[in-house]
Amino acid sequence: MADAPEHAPKVAPPAGPTDPAPPADKAIPVFITSLQNAVPEGVEHVSFYLGDWAVIVPASHLIQAATYLRDAADCAFDYCSDLTATDWPPRAEGRFDVIYCLYSTRHRHRVRVKVKVAENQPLASVTGIWTAANWFEREVFDMFGVTFTGHPDLRRILMPEDWQGYPQRKDYPLEGPGELLMENPIDWLKLRQSRDEADIE
Amino acid sequence: MFDTNELVINMGPQHPSTHGVLRVVLRLDGETVVDAEVVIGYLHRGIEKLSENRNWTQIILLTDRMDYVAAATSNLGYCETVEKLLSIEVPRRAQYIRTILCELQRIASHCLWVGTHAMDIGAMTVFLYAFRERELILDLFEEFCGARLTYNSMRIGGLPQDLPPGWDKKVLEFCNIMDSKIDEYETLLTHNRIWLERTKGIGVIGGAEATALGLCGPTLRGSGVARDVRKDEPYAAYAEMDFDVPVGMAGDTYDRYLVRMEEFRQSLRIIRQATAGIPEGPIVGKVPRLIKPAAGETYHAIESPKGELGYFIVSDGKSTNPYRFRVRPPSFCNLQALPRLVRGHLVADVVALIGSIDIVLGEVDR
Repeated sequence: MADAPEHAPKVAPPAGPTDPAPPADKAIPVFITSLQNAVPEGVEHVSFYLGDWAVIVPASHLIQAATYLRDAADCAFDYCSDLTATDWPPRAEGRFDVIYCLYSTRHRHRVRVKVKVAENQPLASVTGIWTAANWFEREVFDMFGVTFTGHPDLRRILMPEDWQGYPQRKDYPLEGPGELLMENPIDWLKLRQSRDEADIE
Repeated sequence: MFDTNELVINMGPQHPSTHGVLRVVLRLDGETVVDAEVVIGYLHRGIEKLSENRNWTQIILLTDRMDYVAAATSNLGYCETVEKLLSIEVPRRAQYIRTILCELQRIASHCLWVGTHAMDIGAMTVFLYAFRERELILDLFEEFCGARLTYNSMRIGGLPQDLPPGWDKKVLEFCNIMDSKIDEYETLLTHNRIWLERTKGIGVIGGAEATALGLCGPTLRGSGVARDVRKDEPYAAYAEMDFDVPVGMAGDTYDRYLVRMEEFRQSLRIIRQATAGIPEGPIVGKVPRLIKPAAGETYHAIESPKGELGYFIVSDGKSTNPYRFRVRPPSFCNLQALPRLVRGHLVADVVALIGSIDIVLGEVDR
């Protein structure tokens, strides 16, 4: 039972998040409209789902948009609640989404900022805007392999420093590469293959 | 690279006052800490990765293993996030019972904190006292769900079972006992001269800096920022409860201590109100047999005893497991501030500060 999901029929991986646009009768809140006015190229798409507002920002305008979101009086997102990533391997325009969950302690509103990043494409670090991003970005680097330029100390944080691969990527096996992969990758592949064949039989 | 006067010492990962497997590399000048580097990951079990390969119900018991001294709040955060994804209405009776469980959990977690924090600083008695009361809460949990540490005490849409008969009376009895016990802890510590010397002015951090650093929970409130998810973005039955959010002024270890001591009392207030007002009705909402939320994502945060515990979950709408499961652990964010807090203080204060930010390594490393 424990490893049943591993062998469950594989569903085709989704090509990306849905990011539904807000319904026509839903007014876009002022913190998004003012960002659209101040940084026009900074907002690619606005999405609304289950009461959460999200904006997709191009990687080139991330710092500009983030600085505006923190400093403008009607946004005042002074608290970086969370910073994480999702992996969508089949997607053409960059497989990773880096997601910033922002909160304003003054206005008590939230917004999610999303940036699409391709593999091996460095992204500007927001540690200069929210110091909280330091460890979060290290974790994203550790788990997904997204690199952040301008980060003061970009090292692995949860995995050992000599670890190979990025565990949270969708193509990374659940059981991990194990010690065998480190020592002899070909034997590891053979072992995996024989296990799969045994399952089919 | 290092000056000859500087000494690098390694604290942990096996050190009783690091509350788990935390390693801190300290650079010392005499007895003063020049810089510190926090090394984590010793307890990393890949809960996020595991959860992406388990079905939605199986994940509840993985959340127990994150903040294992406050498992019920981790359960609640996860269940509420999935309920949000499924747009399920949770019956009011379940909401009230969840609120009681979470507040009992907060008291249990704070008991563990006050005991170990005081013991780290050298006050042994408080540890014995606080664990005595924590035991009463564990008994209540044991009666409710059969477990004493990893409760698995919530289900998506409600609760696994209704309250045992007479349980609410026992909760009220506990509240009456606890009232005087908090005063007892405070008699031992609040005006104790050694305690004041060891905590006043130690690890001072201002409100703006604490916010930028992502501090949360009592650690942030100690710096004077009145941020409490229970008040700001009410969940469960907190919108109907009357309680205050204590904030500190100085932002030092002592104020963080005072904030948590007041939280004991506020939690008791909430428990009393909730226990008096438990409505009749079902304990589980209308949950589909096969849990499979529509494609979409959401972030939902609750106030765990340590601070803002957030879940970011993505569903692809096709499979029976989450596509992405992310936890925003409060201890992780609080621990990040440790190097900033210990700089310029003595080695002995490092221990006081680790206690003061109240971390659980199971949650930091996941």
